[in-house]
Amino acid sequence: MIKALQALALFCALTLSAPALAQDSTAETPADEAAQAAPAEMGPIQTLLQQHAADLAKPSRRTIQPVIDALAGSGLEGMQQVLQVWEAREMYQRESDGWFFKGEKGPDRTIILTDFDSGEALEPVPSGEVDNLKPNSGVRGLIASALVRFQLLDPNAARRQDALTAISRNPDASHLEPLAASIDEEPSPALKAQKQRLLTLLTISFGADEDARIAAIESVAGDLNVDTRATLNPLVATTLKAAEGEPTGNIARTLRPGSEELPRNAAYDMAAAAADLPARIEPSDRRNALQANIADGAVGGVPLSELNTIEARERAYAALVEAGTVAPAPTEAEIDAALARFTFYEEYAEPSPFVTEAANAALRSIDTKVGLNTTLDLGLDALSLASIYFLAAIGLAITFGVMGVINMAHGEFIMMGAYTGYVVQQMIPNHTVSIIVAIPLAFAVTFAAGVAMERLVIRWLYNRPLETLLATFGISIALQQLAKNIFGTQARPLTAPGWLDGQWQINEIVGISMIRVAIFVLAIVFLLFFLFLMKKTRLGLETRAVTQNPRMAASMGINPGRVNMLTFGLGSGIAGIAGVAIGLYAKVTSELGADYIVQSFMTVVVGGVGNIWGTLLGAGMIGSLQKGIEWLNPSNTLAAQTYMIIFIIIFIQFRPRGIIALKGRAAGD
Amino acid sequence: MKNRSFIARNPSILVFLACLGLFTVAVTIASEGFGLGLISTSFVKTLGKTLCLCLVAVAMDLIWGYCGILSLGHFAFFGLGGYMIGMWLMYERTRLIVTESMAAQQIPPTPQEVIDSIGTQIFGVVGSSEFPLIWSFAHSLTLQLILVVAVPGLLALVFGWLAFRSRVTGVYLSILTQAMTLALALYLFQNDSGLRGNNGLSGLQNLPGVTASQDVVSIWFLWASALALGLGYLLAAFVVSGKFGSVIRGIRDNEARVRFLGYSVETYKLAMFTLTACIAGIAGALYYPQAGIINPAEIAPIASIYLAVWVAIGGRGRLYGAVIGAALVSLVSTYFTGGQAPDIPLGFYTISWVDWWTVLLGLTFVLVTLFAPKGIGGLFDLVTARLPSNRHGADYGPDAGAKREEEGQ
Repeated sequence: MIKALQALALFCALTLSAPALAQDSTAETPADEAAQAAPAEMGPIQTLLQQHAADLAKPSRRTIQPVIDALAGSGLEGMQQVLQVWEAREMYQRESDGWFFKGEKGPDRTIILTDFDSGEALEPVPSGEVDNLKPNSGVRGLIASALVRFQLLDPNAARRQDALTAISRNPDASHLEPLAASIDEEPSPALKAQKQRLLTLLTISFGADEDARIAAIESVAGDLNVDTRATLNPLVATTLKAAEGEPTGNIARTLRPGSEELPRNAAYDMAAAAADLPARIEPSDRRNALQANIADGAVGGVPLSELNTIEARERAYAALVEAGTVAPAPTEAEIDAALARFTFYEEYAEPSPFVTEAANAALRSIDTKVGLNTTLDLGLDALSLASIYFLAAIGLAITFGVMGVINMAHGEFIMMGAYTGYVVQQMIPNHTVSIIVAIPLAFAVTFAAGVAMERLVIRWLYNRPLETLLATFGISIALQQLAKNIFGTQARPLTAPGWLDGQWQINEIVGISMIRVAIFVLAIVFLLFFLFLMKKTRLGLETRAVTQNPRMAASMGINPGRVNMLTFGLGSGIAGIAGVAIGLYAKVTSELGADYIVQSFMTVVVGGVGNIWGTLLGAGMIGSLQKGIEWLNPSNTLAAQTYMIIFIIIFIQFRPRGIIALKGRAAGD
Repeated sequence: MKNRSFIARNPSILVFLACLGLFTVAVTIASEGFGLGLISTSFVKTLGKTLCLCLVAVAMDLIWGYCGILSLGHFAFFGLGGYMIGMWLMYERTRLIVTESMAAQQIPPTPQEVIDSIGTQIFGVVGSSEFPLIWSFAHSLTLQLILVVAVPGLLALVFGWLAFRSRVTGVYLSILTQAMTLALALYLFQNDSGLRGNNGLSGLQNLPGVTASQDVVSIWFLWASALALGLGYLLAAFVVSGKFGSVIRGIRDNEARVRFLGYSVETYKLAMFTLTACIAGIAGALYYPQAGIINPAEIAPIASIYLAVWVAIGGRGRLYGAVIGAALVSLVSTYFTGGQAPDIPLGFYTISWVDWWTVLLGLTFVLVTLFAPKGIGGLFDLVTARLPSNRHGADYGPDAGAKREEEGQ
């Protein structure tokens, strides 16, 4: 009851307001008349505006374009300002005579109107006497694109830049002509180049002359810019279509139904849609249809118990179709027949075959160039990965090469170094200083740990390499758990200093983060340091002697125990520094070292022991292999590692002792 | 010497088998399924799993303790065996469930519909419904049982052939086997590996078509595991006792000399590697139905290293040592990491065994390697007075590679 009353009230209100609306519209007519009655007072802009007064007051996106064109094409001075004001929703219409003004909010709910022609401000009027024109966003977009032609010639360079940005964001055929006209007068060479580039792209998309378009397309071949590709790609976009007999139009290629790109069912669905054939029925739908029509333990005369084959179900379904209870569905044979009649093809949206051909050629040349640059980028990635592996493996290579000892706790030394960096950073807040302090400190900590381990455990096991492996594994799990107990299981941050943030971007595609550059530099430094140590110092000489023949070295007065201890300490110390470097871009956890240990082993095994160049080559090979395989199958880094390890196992077949193997007596058994 | 029977030459076999039999009978009597209910079903399962671990430890001892190859890949074979039996268990159980639910419908399903439905049930979790090629034999228990032995065996054969033929030995070989394990684990972690990615295979504790409760089933598996361990122990003892065993030990002590004596070292090593892989596969096939779930994390390289740890603590080069090591360390680990061990309050810090057990294990392991290379099994030498003459730690020969005192009993 109450609802009915409410409805009644609403109805009354509507009927009452209707005359009021009618009065509004009649009120405008005298205003128009008044405007026409007093043309002498109007400036040219106001006259033009009054000609389109109705459209201006109630613009719609679909109908406003001719009005905007008329305004923008009038060539009147000040028209740019009118359009800007309109777009900014600052245009007002005076109710008394329908004139248009630029308006600003004044004090006491008044509006200060400014005449477009004279630029004079009028007396403030109460806001009730003027209507604010509020074009919707669609209309404003159209206005903005009309404004572009003014902005292209704006004396302010920043405005022109804005216009170019607007065009490239929202390219449109209407921009082509004003843009072309603005190029000759452009004073700034940079903007001129930009305009020319944009003109080329616009010509490709919207040019009227086919030859000009093809020339423009050919001129951008090999351009790496993303928007070039964005312009070319729509030209070669295709739609899949089905047609009986020979297809017409600009055809990219024909497809065979039943192939991987066009499954049989999808092809039939297209043909059925095109030629009004009966729709295919899914097996589950057919089953449901049968289910719905069970009568006396049978469907269409076929007993239920026999309906466990496709053939019987088709038979039952056919019987139902015969009876008219279900819609007909094509049998497999009918589907084949229909598919044979149809040609399935991809058609370019672009009608001209010459344009699509040129666009394809240009895209191919761009692809080649992108490919080359991607390879370069990949090479940089591989290089940085290789330097990480090199840093992680170099210590291992030293201990393994000199002492024949596999140190399973090497990964934990890396972790120790990273945690040292973290602890230092807790005490020294300045990131740069803390890293400078952390690197030698990490070396000292892990050097001490390495020496202690060598003295306490490893030197008792020199004749039993396999047991060294297991003993160091025991230390490894103990250290890892210890780190977990002290620092917890969550990842700890080791923040790089600010100057290592960011990318070093070489072009659109090739770029590398500064941290990776720094790690690369660190790897080079260590390579040089190691070479110096081995070739130029007394310790290096003794180490090489012990590597080649410990007994002979001992006979010559070298203390192998001392050399072994120092070598082991050195290897561990470098692991600590590698830990700081790795911690900078990976989170520091107790499993940090374990993540790198297998790769480090692989690096040593592939490279060959006892030779720094071998380690370098090994790291390079593992790094580039991993990146290469990841590139072949980017979605799956797990598979990449699997294939890499398999590759290494096969590689070992051909060079069982690594890339650079020790020769002669030093090689051992 | 020659005329004495195999058993008579190895009296430890009888002792071991007797202990195993006694243990099995005792557990059966004390179990919930058949006896007094003194031991919970979950602990019976733990004991059954431990027996399987003992079996894989025997295999590890064969390859490491007798043949000198420190393989860090035998847990991969163990896991593969588990996967193979798991495929049948999961397929058959899903098939039974699906058939039962489809039997309720009025229209009988086509064979294809049944297979599709099973596929959706099993692989829905990795966003697929198609049966991968490797599941081709999953419908047949016999074929999958053959695969339990064949797949690890074949992998070991191919890998071993590649590795031994290029004379990869010692630490290199250990690292290479570790790499193989890692590669396999990483491969299985992928969803499109066809074995449900990191979800693994689950629900394996339910035997399809068996209505008996888990109390009873756990005892069956205990028996099966004990039987497998007994047979595996016999086989291992047989392999290492004869001439073949002598050659194997010779390879361990000095490979080059055995090669120069005219033996095809690679063939012997390959045979041992493959045999032990097969044993590991069988152990895995018995282990995972008791565990109920298998996933790729089980075959991560660390598991294989732990296997080596068990054998080393138990005592290499003697089969009962491996069994003792595996049983002791895995049971003690379960006790400490399961949170059952009481914490030790020190006043300023409370030692929680869940956190500190691994540290203790690692250090124990270092100490055992350093001071008791014979492991726990060495204690039996004290009992049987089989101690060799004391050479004060000197090796038998002058060279570094010579047979050492602790190997030469």
